[in-house]
Amino acid sequence: MPDYEPVLLRRVGKPGSQSIDGYIADGGYQALEKAVTTMTPEQVIDTVKSAGLRGRGGAGFPTGVKWTFLPKGHPGPIYLCVNGDESEPCTFNNRVLMEEDPHQFLEGVILTAYAVRAWVAYIYLRYEYGRSFRVLQQAIDDAYAKGYLGYDIFGKGFNLQVYLHRGAGAYICGEETGLIESLEGKRAWPRIKPPFPAVEGAFRKPTIVNNIETLACVTHIVQRGPDWFKSIGVPPDPKNPRDAGSYGPKLFNISGHVNKPGTIEAPLGITVRELIEKYGGGVWKGRKAKGAIPGGISMGIITEKEFDMPLDFNGPGKVACLGLGTGAVTVFDEETSIVDVLYNITRFFSHESCGQCTPCREGTGWMYKILDRIRRGQGRREDLQILDEVAKNIGIMPGTTICGLADGAGWPVKNAVQKFRDELEGYIKQGKKTTSLTLVGAH
Amino acid sequence: MSYLSEDLRQKILAYLPRYPSKQAVTLPALHLVQDELRCVPRQAIVEIADLLDLSPAEVHDTMTFYGFFREEEKPLGRTRLWVCRSLACALRGGEELLSDVCQKLNVKPGGTSADGKITVEFAECIGGCEGAPCVLINDEHRMNVTPDKVEGLLADLRQ
Repeated sequence: MPDYEPVLLRRVGKPGSQSIDGYIADGGYQALEKAVTTMTPEQVIDTVKSAGLRGRGGAGFPTGVKWTFLPKGHPGPIYLCVNGDESEPCTFNNRVLMEEDPHQFLEGVILTAYAVRAWVAYIYLRYEYGRSFRVLQQAIDDAYAKGYLGYDIFGKGFNLQVYLHRGAGAYICGEETGLIESLEGKRAWPRIKPPFPAVEGAFRKPTIVNNIETLACVTHIVQRGPDWFKSIGVPPDPKNPRDAGSYGPKLFNISGHVNKPGTIEAPLGITVRELIEKYGGGVWKGRKAKGAIPGGISMGIITEKEFDMPLDFNGPGKVACLGLGTGAVTVFDEETSIVDVLYNITRFFSHESCGQCTPCREGTGWMYKILDRIRRGQGRREDLQILDEVAKNIGIMPGTTICGLADGAGWPVKNAVQKFRDELEGYIKQGKKTTSLTLVGAH
Repeated sequence: MSYLSEDLRQKILAYLPRYPSKQAVTLPALHLVQDELRCVPRQAIVEIADLLDLSPAEVHDTMTFYGFFREEEKPLGRTRLWVCRSLACALRGGEELLSDVCQKLNVKPGGTSADGKITVEFAECIGGCEGAPCVLINDEHRMNVTPDKVEGLLADLRQ
């Protein structure tokens, strides 16, 4: 693959990457002017649809198609909610986009609001991203001052208000209906769908919820055209009529046991091995990798042998993972115990289950407790089977919960029991604690 | 005479035009109160509810869902230090860092140092994985807090 020229990250790290003047000097807000002055909202939707852009937040739903689910000719208000609750462990690409190039993202927000005819956009930002909050607030104020936000934008009668809304530290707010409930001032319990947000979302009005990276892509699709977008990435599998393809650039995070953790941009379809070797500086301390998390911990676990799997919307599924997720790869080396990795993952989900659906509230707790006893050397012979059974029976896929949190909680457990069975069995058999991580207090 | 200062009440009311429902101001109001008072006292809940045409139970319901807000029995110290314990940090010493910080301040996660200056919390992934192990100082990241940097970090926060 020839060296790829970054698009989304092209301004990151340059002086003045956050300022509106710098952004305009680099050609910023031209896409917005083009759209508002020469295109109808429907044409913007068609452009994004024909580019084949799929949501970058985890589920990979085609963005343009989502926009067409809005009721036709709705008198309004229609809301745009931007999902900036990036809480998937090991994921931080949205933070980089917001902190380093806020106007690229903000232009995408305004373009999207124009396309879906939204009057108000709420950017739901996790509280932990304080720097993003301050940078974005400045960017929004500057955009109002320049007339890119507010009333009668470009003299075309297009009005838009953008507000930042800070969360309060709950993973479940990243689920789109949980986010809406939280925005409305309630506990972030996901809603039963249908109705989907496009029909009845925030404040019971039609609502589009999109991820930050997705909206940053919209800016470039409008600016450079759908053909440019489709020249990057992986076309649909001709043998699979339902495959929408994996087009476009994607941000990937590399963390864990690598020499150079960070955020990089590459076309969809890059392999995990390439990501680690070419961009992550290889596994640290001269060791070998034991495995990795392919796209945030909800997506499952892969072994070192599976590192040649391409990171596109189909690749992870071929090695029994849930999907591409957020494109955040976390590597663990050969000296790491899979028990520690799994313990950490189950503890996370047990802590973050919102408690609305019993299978998830109880199931995540059970899995954590079982991992805890295995880790302490008190595992039982039947534990792996119980883990597997719980993992396979919680979630939307088996049909027992309202949202996908439980699917994500079960997936890494299911994968680990299948792919690292020998190690887990061996650990249980030896019957004593040999992992290295320190455990802190009771929490 | 209300419990919340006039200034705070005005700041809360200033959020109302942003949303079509008053209830949506619940989280902003709770943040404003906790930022200033370091907790959300019971009387503040009553007055937020009054400002937003809600019952205090509705505000309390939302508030307690998010582990973020403190009741008046457990106010925050001057600085809230979140130590990440999720996978990317744990793989690079996050758990040890949390343990070390707790030991040096003689607190458990959630507790406040005796001088009232630092409240330590464990955090689930705070999105600073490229600088693992990382912490949040209130809402600002500090990256790569390796064991040799813990003393310096705590000294900064004690000042």
